[in-house]
Amino acid sequence: MTSPLEQKKIRITGPSVVTANRTWDGAVVYRTAKQGWSTELSDSAVVSTSDDARALLAEATADDVGAVGPYIAPVELKDGGKLKPGNLREHIRAKGVTIDLQVPA
Amino acid sequence: MYAYDELDRTLINERVSEFRDQVKRRLSGELTEDEFKILRLQNGVYLQLHAYMFRVAIPYGTLSSKQLRRLAHVARRYDRGYGHFTTRQNIQFNWIKLAELPDALSDLAEVGIHAMQTSGNNMRNVTSDQWAGVAPGEIEDPRIWSEILRQHTTLHPEFSFLPRKFKIAITASEHDRAAIKIHDIGLRLHKNADGETGFEVLVGGGLGRTPFIAKTIKPFVHGRDILSYVEAILRVYNQYGRRDNIYKARIKILVHELGIEKFAREVEEEWKAMGDVGLTLDHAAIEEVRSRFSYPPYEKLPHMPDELKQAAHDPLFERWRKNSVAPHKVQGYSIVTLSLKPVGGPPGDATAEQMDAVADLADKYSFGEIRVGHEQNLALPHVAKCDLPQLFKALDRLGLATPNVNLVTDIIACPGLDYCSLANARSIPIAQELTRRFANHDTADLIGRLHINISGCINACGHHHVGHIGILGVEKNGEEFYQITIGGRADENAQLGTLIGPAVPYAEVADVIEDIVEAYLALRDRPEELFVDTVKRLGVEPIRERVYATR
Repeated sequence: MTSPLEQKKIRITGPSVVTANRTWDGAVVYRTAKQGWSTELSDSAVVSTSDDARALLAEATADDVGAVGPYIAPVELKDGGKLKPGNLREHIRAKGVTIDLQVPA
Repeated sequence: MYAYDELDRTLINERVSEFRDQVKRRLSGELTEDEFKILRLQNGVYLQLHAYMFRVAIPYGTLSSKQLRRLAHVARRYDRGYGHFTTRQNIQFNWIKLAELPDALSDLAEVGIHAMQTSGNNMRNVTSDQWAGVAPGEIEDPRIWSEILRQHTTLHPEFSFLPRKFKIAITASEHDRAAIKIHDIGLRLHKNADGETGFEVLVGGGLGRTPFIAKTIKPFVHGRDILSYVEAILRVYNQYGRRDNIYKARIKILVHELGIEKFAREVEEEWKAMGDVGLTLDHAAIEEVRSRFSYPPYEKLPHMPDELKQAAHDPLFERWRKNSVAPHKVQGYSIVTLSLKPVGGPPGDATAEQMDAVADLADKYSFGEIRVGHEQNLALPHVAKCDLPQLFKALDRLGLATPNVNLVTDIIACPGLDYCSLANARSIPIAQELTRRFANHDTADLIGRLHINISGCINACGHHHVGHIGILGVEKNGEEFYQITIGGRADENAQLGTLIGPAVPYAEVADVIEDIVEAYLALRDRPEELFVDTVKRLGVEPIRERVYATR
């Protein structure tokens, strides 16, 4: 995971969101446009410029009690505005493990 | 089994109280994540992709049935009903909530289990041979020395803030089941010419991005001096070890940079300069720890009971017995390995139901004791041979009698990108596919002993460098690729594997492994020549040519 400080140098190349893990249970969460967190990727605030990404990350990082380790993650914007995770790691975080668990979740 | 005393129990309970307060302060915002991180790591709590991960210590791989039932309870009550046994005699729970962790720790503390020394830059859980105390020909039970080191290092300030994590493993058998040569310090118990018990001391082993096999710095250190000698090693490491670069901070880098001779000299000089610092173990101190290990009241039983003779007519039983049952130091008893590698299953995972059932079987057949090995399997260490047929039936019903121990489907795998925040690629689905490809037990028997180890990143939790076949997941332009090595091994003849060719994409890994195995079968001298021995005899090239000729 890239630290927020290092990400200040990063330029985004496409639509992105800010994601983290919720502090009390570790669940995957996404920063919303209402300065909160949601477990649904579809609720994310989507940014398209590096300045907006840095601003969203700074705001998310300030909420240290709500979520841990926020970082910028790529997303794909599908037809109709639907959001998809931008890489395998984020796909697994959003959808869960890719294997059948011995015990139903 | 080792019986905790009042001091141990107090320490564990106080630790739970401390952590409960720390979690409360974290959740209220009194502690920031930066402040809290080191505290949670000191209690085995990581943050992974989907949730917190809780790593619990199983010191020297020994569990009572009561403790295993409590692990099952934690899996069921606080997690998603299963746990993952790791390559260092720990168990991990993947879905635990921070807010509930103090309760989970408290429940474990009631049966003497804790998570100290399972993470952070400290002296980690001292590991040992899962057959300790029962293996024929063993010098003596290495767990006594593991426990002595455990007592000395737990919460020791000098060992709690090291440049990096620090791992020790101890073996007392000729065949090394504890993988001591890939540890920061490896200790091999043996006797000197005078019949005294002591240790060959090896230093500087480790995997990760810069793998090294440990080297001997002293062929014999008397048992009474082992604490002071380990302390001398740690002092040299603390003095010279790099703290400026996390990737160069392990003792293996220091040993490599100084050279083994200079490092050994530094340790020897430090040890002599230390003088008597109160660390020399007297006979009474050693015997006090020894007395806390209890051994079962074995009966005098026949070497070949009638039950075993009759069951030998059942080919399924016989296949399992030949594969999973090992000789015991006491006549009439056996050590039984329980494979946690079912075809298509995640390596090392056990459900809460399986853990409860194994605990019951341990009570019925193994004096209530269970062992955990670094190969991510369990063992029942004291099974009367006459009970083997009944035990087999029970294990088979539980899915724990897959006759694949040490065979091609007995795969060691880290959690990989399905769980781990460090991983670049998935490990478990690769392992699952390989177990399906080699699901036929006749084929696996024909291939013989073959260890496949898979890591999802360069940190090498799946010990890929020392797999007979090692598979390392890497990321290339957003895609999962896998580098494959052959010829590694983690035993007394430990060595690192050699890269066989260019990395292959996810979809081709199982095909390449099948081709490697086919090449071995074609090239081996005789059916008894093991995969690693064929690679050693011929080198990598003949196998590379066959596997990559059409790629």
